[in-house]
Amino acid sequence: MAQQIVAELAANVWKVLVAEGSPVAAGDTLVILESMKMEIPVEAETAGTVSKLAVSEGGVLQEGDLIAEIS
Amino acid sequence: MIESLLVANRGEIARRVIATARRLGVRTVAVHSDVDAELPFVREADEAVPLGPAAPAESYRNAEKILAAAESTGARAIHPGYGFLSENADFARRVHAAGLTWVGPDPDVIDLMGDKIRARNAAAAAGMPVAPGTTEPVADEAAAVSAAAGIGYPIMVKAAAGGGGMGLAVATTEEELRKHVRTVRGFAERMFGDAGILLERYYPEARHVEVQLLGLADGTVTALGERNCSVQRRNQKLVEETPAHGLDPGLRERMIAAAIQVGKAVGYRSAGTVECLVHGEPGEQDYVFLEMNTRLQVEHPVTEAVWGLDLVEQQLRIASGLPPSVDLAALRPRGHAVEFRVNAEDPIRFLPGPGSITEWNEPAGEGVRIDAGYAHGTTVTPSYDSLMAKLIVHADTREAALARARAALESFTISGPKHNLPFHGELLDEPSFAAGTYTTAVLTRMRAARGA
Repeated sequence: MAQQIVAELAANVWKVLVAEGSPVAAGDTLVILESMKMEIPVEAETAGTVSKLAVSEGGVLQEGDLIAEIS
Repeated sequence: MIESLLVANRGEIARRVIATARRLGVRTVAVHSDVDAELPFVREADEAVPLGPAAPAESYRNAEKILAAAESTGARAIHPGYGFLSENADFARRVHAAGLTWVGPDPDVIDLMGDKIRARNAAAAAGMPVAPGTTEPVADEAAAVSAAAGIGYPIMVKAAAGGGGMGLAVATTEEELRKHVRTVRGFAERMFGDAGILLERYYPEARHVEVQLLGLADGTVTALGERNCSVQRRNQKLVEETPAHGLDPGLRERMIAAAIQVGKAVGYRSAGTVECLVHGEPGEQDYVFLEMNTRLQVEHPVTEAVWGLDLVEQQLRIASGLPPSVDLAALRPRGHAVEFRVNAEDPIRFLPGPGSITEWNEPAGEGVRIDAGYAHGTTVTPSYDSLMAKLIVHADTREAALARARAALESFTISGPKHNLPFHGELLDEPSFAAGTYTTAVLTRMRAARGA
């Protein structure tokens, strides 16, 4: 079962630090969002592989939008 | 008096500047990005010019577009508000070069105070105490480590070109110092295009107290009291009050006198603020220079409340070469005022929470002022900072002002975006805030008490 990482808030995608297929450990930063002049790192909750990456730098996210899947 | 004014800003501050200009019969021009088209400041200006996409570089930070808007509307003066282009000396020079009036200080003073190392040295030269620290840019890790021996830990590593609480890190050991020197330099280079850093002694339990200066058209510099802005998260202010409570006898007077000397030494004109840190236990308090902001501050309304005057009106008069609207020497402060920043962020983690406003009911009444950038039916977008509104309360005493704040916070309702009104309610119950003895550590203390 893939773990879905979704946006906690409306934000812009500032930096993407992983690619599809990247191995990640729990706590690794996947992407950095930017909202209201704040940088918000989004981390992997569990170890695994990035099986889907749904965002790219400069993109706009609404609350609840999918960022990545880890399996 | 200038006859027309373009306000190169957005939200609550644009609305507030436009309100004063209109009251004085000055024709107003708003500029706005696409996402801000429905906000009150756009509607309330005599004219509005769209700038384009939300990104600041394509709108509120875009000097070409703003100067073009001034030309197309015939606006003869520019008020920059705070943030965006307000402390951009090159923009101020371009405003002058276009034959327009810049509502702010001389561009060279903006440059001087925008460099934290030069600003610190200028303050020290004018006789204001500064924290032990470096007087020129720190070249590398080795230089930082050797300078640190003379300063003493903990040490704050600061980007010389930083601001708004960004580009700061505290080191308690040599190992941390080496790490922060690398990261702050890298960050400063990316963010500000200037890798210069300085080191300063860090005071963990301090109060942030600042002096409001007004440099008049005739060259005199005067002060309108001080503000305590010690309630901060991530080095950004949340609550400010005047007068500052619990300062040792004589400290306020010394700080204000020194701030005036700093203003005089640099030939300051318009509204500006000298920020200081007060450190030490009561009875042994002292203060040091922190920085000078060469613009109107977010928290200026608390000063307006107790002094009974409009600072934007004074700025417009000074820019027009006119004396202040009242005899400042005869003016005395009255009572106590507190400002609460109502931000679109959750009250626990302070994470941003933009959204569409489906409900917005502002408190009103005697001694209550609201400066709001938004209204029912408008949307707080992720593109700009999280400040939605400011609640300012004024009463004869601090106790009465805080009681007024409690009632006002209870009747303020906002739905849609996340907001920090519950945080302000908790702050009123925090013992050190209630007593007026709080320091910049008050939020850390509240978080610990909550067990979070």
